[in-house]
Amino acid sequence: METVACPDCDLLQRIPELPPGAKARCARCGNALASQPVSPLERPLALTLAAAIAFIVANAAPLMGLSAVGRRASTTIGGGVIEMWQQGETITAMIVAFCAVIAPGTYIAFMLVVLIAASRPPAPHWIGELLRWADSMLPWSMSEVMVLGILVALIKIAQLASVDAGVGMYGVGALVVLLAMIGITFDQREIWHRVEWTDGRVSRVPQTTPAQERK
Amino acid sequence: MTTIPLSAARAGLVSCETCELLSRPADAAEPGYCPRCGAGLEWRHPGSLQYTWALVIAAAICYIPANVLPVLTTTALGSSDSDTIMGGVVLLYTTGSWPLALVVLVASVMVPLGKLIALTYLLVSVQRGSIRDSRDRTRLYRMVDFIGRWSMLDVFVDTFTVALVQLQPLMSVEPGPGVLFFAAVVVLTMIAAESFDPRLIWDSAPGEPLRRHAT
Repeated sequence: METVACPDCDLLQRIPELPPGAKARCARCGNALASQPVSPLERPLALTLAAAIAFIVANAAPLMGLSAVGRRASTTIGGGVIEMWQQGETITAMIVAFCAVIAPGTYIAFMLVVLIAASRPPAPHWIGELLRWADSMLPWSMSEVMVLGILVALIKIAQLASVDAGVGMYGVGALVVLLAMIGITFDQREIWHRVEWTDGRVSRVPQTTPAQERK
Repeated sequence: MTTIPLSAARAGLVSCETCELLSRPADAAEPGYCPRCGAGLEWRHPGSLQYTWALVIAAAICYIPANVLPVLTTTALGSSDSDTIMGGVVLLYTTGSWPLALVVLVASVMVPLGKLIALTYLLVSVQRGSIRDSRDRTRLYRMVDFIGRWSMLDVFVDTFTVALVQLQPLMSVEPGPGVLFFAAVVVLTMIAAESFDPRLIWDSAPGEPLRRHAT
């Protein structure tokens, strides 16, 4: 049992030992406080690796193409950013680059390092810093909003010319699903329980990691 | 769930914003740093109400040019046409994709306006020391925090429309000044939601040590 304060209402409460797959909610405001994933590190790690591949495909391959009167054009995510920049909308281009590329990319990269480094206890202290950065990127990582935006743009342009979805769209689609699944299968508390404290202590030695079982 | 009807602040404990570890600061005026992750500890976000007010007011000011100024200018065969956000919604509706028109209307017009109204209500209710509907107000806050990112939809639509439709001299689309203001509204309201501390909603209850005196 661990005592925590709800981040949304500050109520002190004990989190009971949860069965795998269960969630705990705040007794006062209903905020989701903790979950007990079935496989706390392996599954998020596998999903994050897959997300990294999907991220590369989404950014490298063309998202959509357009053909009108014998001419063809296609664009990637980066192409969209560059075009906005060249049209003089530099700040908007930077916001789009941050929400569509930098934030999800940083989140995936940092999560990979955190999950790999946390698999062998005690987890080094510096992964806490990376986890904090990954977490702060999350609200700004807008791949799912971008997908809807691309679809609306495709439908709007379809009035003017014939358009088709490119390989990049599949990458973006897979990325959205994988990012959502990481969110479901991962609980930060799992990492914090393994992290070395600033004075070198470890709060709780995990009992169920493969590294421990092999001893 | 076992519940102790006690807030962390009343128990003299401060919860780390990063890793949720509870600690008892030696000096209540200077809580210091989290012994586990090393993040700076604060009882509540410092200056939460002032920052949130400033960002909400700035976003409300940007909301007007965001809706009045054109976001896209389409040039086809010599004639050019400017569209505002609402113009884009009407265009989608008249060309037969009313479900998409509805999605864009909700994400681009109703969500930003709803966020501004909701944050203003939360700020006023906290400043007046309201103790009513705390649970519902916390839920409202979580909704504002969760839904805000979807307003970025129109920025992505405009970016990818501009990026793809570049068939000079036949047809081209340029971004208008409205896009920048619109992106600013979304970014400012997202930062406003992050700077608002929902625990302030619960601090008005009798006996809470961080209680604000009704002004």
